Amino acid sequence: MNVHRPFTRQQRTTIIHGMVAFVLMLVVLQLWLLTATMNAYLGGDESVIWPAAGASLACLALNAGLLRYLYHIDRARQ
Amino acid sequence: MTDDPRSRLSDDPRQPLDVRIDSPAREGLTGTTPASLYTRLKEDDQITIAPNWRPMDEQPSWRTDFPIDWPQDHYVERRDFMKFMVLTSLAFTVGQFWIAAQNWWRRRRGRAEITRIASLDNLPVGGIVTFAFPGPHDDCVLVRPQENVLVAYSQKCTHLSCAVRPRVEAGVIHCPCHEGYFDLAMGRPISGPPRRPLPIVHLEVRGKQIFATGIEERTT
Repeated sequence: MNVHRPFTRQQRTTIIHGMVAFVLMLVVLQLWLLTATMNAYLGGDESVIWPAAGASLACLALNAGLLRYLYHIDRARQ
Repeated sequence: MTDDPRSRLSDDPRQPLDVRIDSPAREGLTGTTPASLYTRLKEDDQITIAPNWRPMDEQPSWRTDFPIDWPQDHYVERRDFMKFMVLTSLAFTVGQFWIAAQNWWRRRRGRAEITRIASLDNLPVGGIVTFAFPGPHDDCVLVRPQENVLVAYSQKCTHLSCAVRPRVEAGVIHCPCHEGYFDLAMGRPISGPPRRPLPIVHLEVRGKQIFATGIEERTT
């Protein structure tokens, strides 16, 4: 049976390297957001809590989108 | 026995070569390599390449005994790492919303009730009184460094919540766990690991009675 994928494995490996680099940056950003928000919350500063939660949610959405794209390019088509 | 070049190549099914320079199989080629040598025997995705990039016949025996498709292994490794990172991202987002929920809960509790904590008669200059405010487990400390000066702070160190102890004569509040020091007058950190000031308790003196009216957490 002939299996067709949009990219060869070598191309997919290159793509996944780029994705992992991007996801890592976003996760580090989220870590910074979490520590900064926790510091502000413990210091009684409430103004940053919801904007930071929104930014973190946006980062998660980007990461989830990239993961979905990875599943998409990984899926074999008959 | 004559050495016919064609007989040397006849065992290799990939190289049915007609050695004549003007044969149709060699048309367009400049060297002596047969055209069939350039045909792919395997797809790229099925070729096994060892991590040291050496051919398989140069690999140690354990590697040939347990052949692994290394490029596929690397690909799957990175794919799983990415899944783990996305899970980590989810955990951080949950943490952010947990802080938001805690904040909502804190606001819902509202302001603390005004509580009588000591009497001026029982607190000499340089004296210290510990009390719980606003909840029964929120330990605080009241200090009278001068005749007309009263200060009160949460007793939890802002580093790791150890109980701090005022040293009135030195004008500092000391955290013995990690040698953190706070300024007694303002509660700001002056040395050691703490980065945030101690939460300050607002006081009110009515007659000779001292009341705690609120607590303020600060970042600077």
